[in-house]
Amino acid sequence: MREIEFDVVVKAVRDIIVHCGTDLPKDTYDALEEAMEKEASPVSKEVIRQILENANIAKDEKRPLCQDTGLAVFFVNVGDEVRIKGGLLRDAINKGTEQGYTEAYLRASTCEPFSRANLKDTVGYNLPAIIHFDIVAGDKIDIEYAAKGGGSENVSRARVFPPAAGKEGIINYVKEVISDAGGNPCPPITVGVGIGGTFEKACISSKHALFRDIGSVHPDPEMAEMEKEILDEINKLGIGAMGMGGTKTALAVHIESNPCHIASLPVSVNVQCHSSRHTHITI
Amino acid sequence: MATYTLTTPLTSEDTKQLVAGDTVLLNGTIFTARDAAHKRLVELIEKGEELPFDLEGSVIYFVGPTPPKPGDPIGSAGPTTSYRMDSYSPTMLKNGSKGMIGKGKRDQAVKDACVKYDGIYFGATGGAGALLGKKITSAEVIAYPELGPEAVRKITVVDFPVTVINDTHGNDLYQMGREQYEVKD
Repeated sequence: MREIEFDVVVKAVRDIIVHCGTDLPKDTYDALEEAMEKEASPVSKEVIRQILENANIAKDEKRPLCQDTGLAVFFVNVGDEVRIKGGLLRDAINKGTEQGYTEAYLRASTCEPFSRANLKDTVGYNLPAIIHFDIVAGDKIDIEYAAKGGGSENVSRARVFPPAAGKEGIINYVKEVISDAGGNPCPPITVGVGIGGTFEKACISSKHALFRDIGSVHPDPEMAEMEKEILDEINKLGIGAMGMGGTKTALAVHIESNPCHIASLPVSVNVQCHSSRHTHITI
Repeated sequence: MATYTLTTPLTSEDTKQLVAGDTVLLNGTIFTARDAAHKRLVELIEKGEELPFDLEGSVIYFVGPTPPKPGDPIGSAGPTTSYRMDSYSPTMLKNGSKGMIGKGKRDQAVKDACVKYDGIYFGATGGAGALLGKKITSAEVIAYPELGPEAVRKITVVDFPVTVINDTHGNDLYQMGREQYEVKD
């Protein structure tokens, strides 16, 4: 059994949060550059130019990319031959989150649902983090992280269709969600589509799909084709960067599909803004 | 599509020349407020009480900035989604405010109020918080400090880049832009 010190996890989490707050990942930056080249609308082109200039300023001057520095979302795969020495893994991730958000001058955005009281002085600075654990074979801890903003989360939706809806029903549903969202989720967006499983499995899959690098190809050719088809349909909507009209509404569509119940076809659409701050580390 | 450089407070003469799609570089003093602050401001207006700042010709920026780094007036400061202010904005415009800066579409009542009271809804680039924060040269909390990022701030901006979304003539850039680029099968 391998032992990992509590503080090693805290520091690793702190470091990725500080990095992601100011440094747009290469996959996102490259996809935005390509979108700027191909965008037909001069207004949307200028918006993407500002987004890229913003990324350069944020990186060079260590300033948060966006004032919405998100809720901290983690997918953590814990090896079955590893234990944390000196505390619980969940506590270490939360502590690293608080340290990272405080030290990098990121915003504390967690609040109580009804009073809307900010939780920074009670629960902790931008705590609690949203953590999805899984147990895997091995002696390592694998941590995928994303800072998830509110604007794009607010337009996300899920629905359980009857099986007869099929692929066409799903494609139309994703189009409808993105069409209704317009400029609100800060396009050019990435669209995570979770298919199958149960209601909550579809939702979690749609979230996890957003952690995949933009530009990567789905290993299943049928799904890869479906991603392309949905992306084309979304870009025909004309929404454009920040909703100002244009041909590049989405940078990518990522699907995660699961086996499901014979009676149901669950679908979840989770939207990610252009500031797709995500990373992946192994301890 | 023209580019204008305007200084606050804005007059009807300033706003009536603008057309959806125009670029404006804003200069001068503007005020920040999100939903929680709007709720309080509109309550004061309805009670006939004094506001923490003069609404006449004012531009309101929908923003909740990150905390400033030492030596900076403000942190990253891009726009938040505007529909949450839809129920308050017509009252603000009716009482003299001339401009709003945010992102995302507004409801018909806000668009109508822009026409009736010579108001403009400007869009700033969402997610460009570092770039936009640098256009802010001073910031001071003037009301509701307990709201944290949502407090009302008086800020000074220099060549703050915005695009006209809803103008005084009833145009809507979001609608126009989308109609122009939508591909119908």
